[in-house]
Amino acid sequence: MLPKLSHKEIHRYSRHLLIPDVGLAGQQKLKAASVLIIGTGGLGSPVALYLAAAGVGRIGLVDYDLVDFSNLQRQIIHGESRLGDLKVESARDRLLDLNSEIQVDIYKEFITSENAFEIAEPYDLIIDCTDNFPTRYLVNDLCVLTGKPNVYGSIFRFDGQASVFSAEQGPCYRCLFPEPPPPGMVPSCAEGGVFGVLPGTIGSIQAAEALKLILGIGEPLIGKLLLFDALDMSFQTVKLQKNPGCMICGENPEISELIDYEDFCGMPAHDHDAGSAGKDWDITAGDLAAQLNEGIDLRLIDVREPHEQEISNLDGSELIPLGQFASRLSELDSAQEIVIYCKSGTRSTRALEILVSAGFKKVKNLKHGINAWALEVDPSLPIY
Amino acid sequence: MPIMKIPSPLRPYTEGQSSIIAPGEKVSEVLDFTLEQYPLLKKHLLSDDQQLRPFVNVFLGDQNIKELQGIETPLKEDDTLMIIPSIAGG
Repeated sequence: MLPKLSHKEIHRYSRHLLIPDVGLAGQQKLKAASVLIIGTGGLGSPVALYLAAAGVGRIGLVDYDLVDFSNLQRQIIHGESRLGDLKVESARDRLLDLNSEIQVDIYKEFITSENAFEIAEPYDLIIDCTDNFPTRYLVNDLCVLTGKPNVYGSIFRFDGQASVFSAEQGPCYRCLFPEPPPPGMVPSCAEGGVFGVLPGTIGSIQAAEALKLILGIGEPLIGKLLLFDALDMSFQTVKLQKNPGCMICGENPEISELIDYEDFCGMPAHDHDAGSAGKDWDITAGDLAAQLNEGIDLRLIDVREPHEQEISNLDGSELIPLGQFASRLSELDSAQEIVIYCKSGTRSTRALEILVSAGFKKVKNLKHGINAWALEVDPSLPIY
Repeated sequence: MPIMKIPSPLRPYTEGQSSIIAPGEKVSEVLDFTLEQYPLLKKHLLSDDQQLRPFVNVFLGDQNIKELQGIETPLKEDDTLMIIPSIAGG
């Protein structure tokens, strides 16, 4: 028995009620529905706002992170007044301000193999708005094992992807991507950047797919992957097939429970820059400044992209972007002291690994990158 | 000639090019030409045994070449190949 709508709700949702495909019964389905949104960042912001506005009766939000100034360029559910607050609390308050007639549950934690089933249990469908590979594989496997649809969206720079992975009817995320890329091969948005409006486009598509699934209307993106290129302003849909050899939804699945996803992907389940290569290989901004003041002879290598040098730069550094690093090792001398840096220490750690595996020993990573230098040594430089 | 479309995560390895016109009568020939032009792209697409890496999908039109004849899939003059990378941002 579907819940009734009050007069106030009928007024609020009148533009839905006027569409025959939604109507009163459809709006009642939305009121009865429960959706779990994993991640309340770029994608989670529009998804949560549109689902709340549309009258989805129960929305769960999972995120452990705090609102940061650099989030506001795209994470439109948060505002300056909530800087430093938990994202789920900031998002919940915004959603209830938009629609006080819905229920918003918040989970102030990482979603893990230990808590995922319990968190997901009350919800009909799950929306993947996460920002890292380990959590994407976790969400996929959770959805396959529980039979809940996974409304997927992913973004990078100007490119977006969206699909509905519903393993009972079509392929899952692992059918398309059996394995993640090796650590460091695909930059995160924290390293590579993202066009601020892109999550608005992809998140709106995810919200539309979720509403269609609840309403049972239209053609969901099951067995299809939507690709969006904001530069060409092109949308393209490709067909996805179920992979009979899929590790979790194939004919002889090898995965029957949630696994250790950080171990599987070889990377942490967040997109924050690690910034450190370990204490034996790091040099702090303060120690580097002291060495340079003493006149110690060292080569400073910047492994960022050329356009990042316009934002901030260390005097006397030489640019070798990480993408060219392995092919330009001949420009470096293993007899010399070398300090490598990037924005916050992640790319430079990778460059350091390349050098160490090539036999270099006198090499250090500037811990937390030029942003740490701006914070600790030279406040005239901006942090980005 | 067939066109190979390059997604933005891989453009740092193609000097920013978003599409490459590549001669070839099958996917492997277009791939070989592309990787000859842009050798930095190679480790992002192919494993040591010259197979497409499991996190890389190449589509011909709307079909994954894995479901056609893989890198042996024949191509027509006006075909467009598209690399679909694994991205995780959110």
